[in-house]
Amino acid sequence: MSSIAHATPRRRHGEGLKALLWMSPWLVGFAVFFAYPLAATVYFSFHRYDLFTLEFSGLDNYRYFLTDDRAWISIGNTLWLVAVMVPAQVLFGLAVAQFLTHLKAGAGFLRTVFYLPSLVPVVAGTVSFVFVMNPSGPVNQVLGFFGITGPDWFGDKDWSKPGLTLLAMWGIGNTMMIFLAALLDVPKHLYEAAAIDGAGAWRRFRSITLPTISPVLMFSAVTGVIYALQYFTQAMIASRVASGRTDSAGSTFVPGYPELSTLTLPQWLFHAGFRDSTMGYACVLALVLFAAAMALTLVLLRRFRAFADDEGGGR
Amino acid sequence: MRRRFLTFAMAATAATALTACTAGKEGAPALGSGPKPSGSASSALPAASIEVWHGFSTPGEVKAFEDAVAGFRAKYPQITVKLVKGVQDDQITQAVRGGKAPDVASSFTTDNVAQWCKSGTFQDLTPVIKQDGIDLSVIPEASRAYTEFDGRRCTMPLLADAYGLYYNKALMKGEQPPKTLSELTELTKKLTVRDADGNIKVAGFIPSFQYYENVPTHFAPTIGAKWYNEDGTSAIGSDPAWKGFLRWQKELVDWYGYDKLNKFRKSLGQEWSADHPFYKGKVAMVLDGEWRNAMIANEAEELDYGTAPFPAADDKPDLYGGGFTSGTVIGVPKGAKNPQAAWELVKYLTTDTQALVTLSNAVRNVPTTKASLEAPGLKKDANFQTFIDIFAHPRTSTIPSSVNSSFNQEAFQEFMNQWEQGSVKDLDAGLAEVDKRINDKLKLSGG
Repeated sequence: MSSIAHATPRRRHGEGLKALLWMSPWLVGFAVFFAYPLAATVYFSFHRYDLFTLEFSGLDNYRYFLTDDRAWISIGNTLWLVAVMVPAQVLFGLAVAQFLTHLKAGAGFLRTVFYLPSLVPVVAGTVSFVFVMNPSGPVNQVLGFFGITGPDWFGDKDWSKPGLTLLAMWGIGNTMMIFLAALLDVPKHLYEAAAIDGAGAWRRFRSITLPTISPVLMFSAVTGVIYALQYFTQAMIASRVASGRTDSAGSTFVPGYPELSTLTLPQWLFHAGFRDSTMGYACVLALVLFAAAMALTLVLLRRFRAFADDEGGGR
Repeated sequence: MRRRFLTFAMAATAATALTACTAGKEGAPALGSGPKPSGSASSALPAASIEVWHGFSTPGEVKAFEDAVAGFRAKYPQITVKLVKGVQDDQITQAVRGGKAPDVASSFTTDNVAQWCKSGTFQDLTPVIKQDGIDLSVIPEASRAYTEFDGRRCTMPLLADAYGLYYNKALMKGEQPPKTLSELTELTKKLTVRDADGNIKVAGFIPSFQYYENVPTHFAPTIGAKWYNEDGTSAIGSDPAWKGFLRWQKELVDWYGYDKLNKFRKSLGQEWSADHPFYKGKVAMVLDGEWRNAMIANEAEELDYGTAPFPAADDKPDLYGGGFTSGTVIGVPKGAKNPQAAWELVKYLTTDTQALVTLSNAVRNVPTTKASLEAPGLKKDANFQTFIDIFAHPRTSTIPSSVNSSFNQEAFQEFMNQWEQGSVKDLDAGLAEVDKRINDKLKLSGG
């Protein structure tokens, strides 16, 4: 009896070590790529840090954040993109995929057409897009043909973010392909049964398609939100091209052209850290970005779970 | 499944959001810690290999820099010099921070000099300058100013830029270039051509702050405006020179009509292309740097143009003849593997008349020592001579070094853009807000 009581904790101890050993690759990765950056970011956020010298500054960086109206403008712009660009991307991607599943002929060709823009390098694609949508460019010429005066897309603060949204919708290829795969995976017999029961197209979409593809929708929404929160390159390139001003020596380029309307939080973070050498403050902005990403991800996951439970999917 | 996905999503978002804030380390011998061959025979310097990072990128510029370095190679055959072209400031900072610094690095902008000097990214050259008995008065005061910060000289001027007025002779209709802002206004109105709808066809001078080189730094010397107080805080809001200049600018913008001017500005070709509006006869007068001479020679050879100092404020006529200057800087980064050999190259490139003249003749920037400015080998026509005169003028100045130089200029530029659009109702309050932004940032940086 006593020998058994003695052996159990030892065995448990051995199993625990074995489990740790098997988990070690993940644990090392977690420590290096998550725990350390997180701890370092929190640590630096309480310091004045110019990449070379480190000096404790208490809450100065946090106080500055509260009064930095450019940071708040950039947060507003980023949230605008999350609220408008992400749904637009998901809905457009879903609509295109749905359209392609119903095509009898030419589906392969159209799939390629819709997917191709996502293969274009981001910088080249953005420069081309700004050119195509310049005030006297092809898009406005087409609009003019229909009697519509096209806006100065990337030169007008009210149209710059819608312009970026159109750019994101143009490059919808990857999302579309995921939706297409999910839609083709929906069991046909469910549609047939519903049709026999007299369900219309909308009812079939609402009660069969959506619940079945909800995990894919959730994935697209969550990755779309993360992508929008990190939105950097396209906004920066579009604003520079549209402003006609380079960031060359002796020239002063104010990010977010026109009138700060394309200034996103990652741009301001980069600016604070690498342009102004206020890395401690950049860490505060990084923590804000992290908190926003976590909060929005959690909200989305809960909403989707509730939706799936309501529909009885729950996959 | 969902829990795993949640964990993955959180880890991914956290890792991507936070990895910008990790630190690095550095370490290598400091300048002056090695043997001291400087000032003695060139053969006394031990054999070494040095890596030089520079910003020149076009084939012509790269060759020009190679030619300038050729003299050093001949003088110090035991030193191997490896040149790396097209390097930006961010790369220099990151390399030093990551312990992979080059031996010599140069930058086209002076905006980071204060930060580099303060943080020690570039080594203090003062000990070796004293050691070698270099008389810095051979370099004009403005260039000395933009290459040091707070008594710490961490860079040397390689070549300089000077800013002045370019005018298209055909569009000037026989008029002489203006010497005051009032004359500039008068001439602008006289030379501007509009169509029947009031749209601008040819602008006399484009006053918009969103136009190419029309940034506050380039105007400050000829309007006598001050950037900072003695304690480093912003003087923009309290200096009447800025207010006077902004009111002058707004009056001229309003004369054009902001919308008309903006529409015209947006219709113009790119600054760095052969479609530049000055080449195309769209603008009669522009503020630009001396390098435009070389670009005109390459891209608009037939253009008949002249150059002059930029007009001065009406109440400060003595400032006429001066202008803004800044330029290429070069130094020895922290962590350089062969700092002594690196310093010898920096010294050679920045003080040797032949090296400066060779580089200036090729890239058409202003050489930075008084001897090189007067060297018989320096190629100069009347248009280039204007910029040599501006550079050497006693009232020529630069923007004082500040650890937040870029931020401060952007803050002011952002305000100026709003001002010309007419969205600033109270100039004093607006400038006070600019001061506050600059001062808050200064405090954040520990200034």
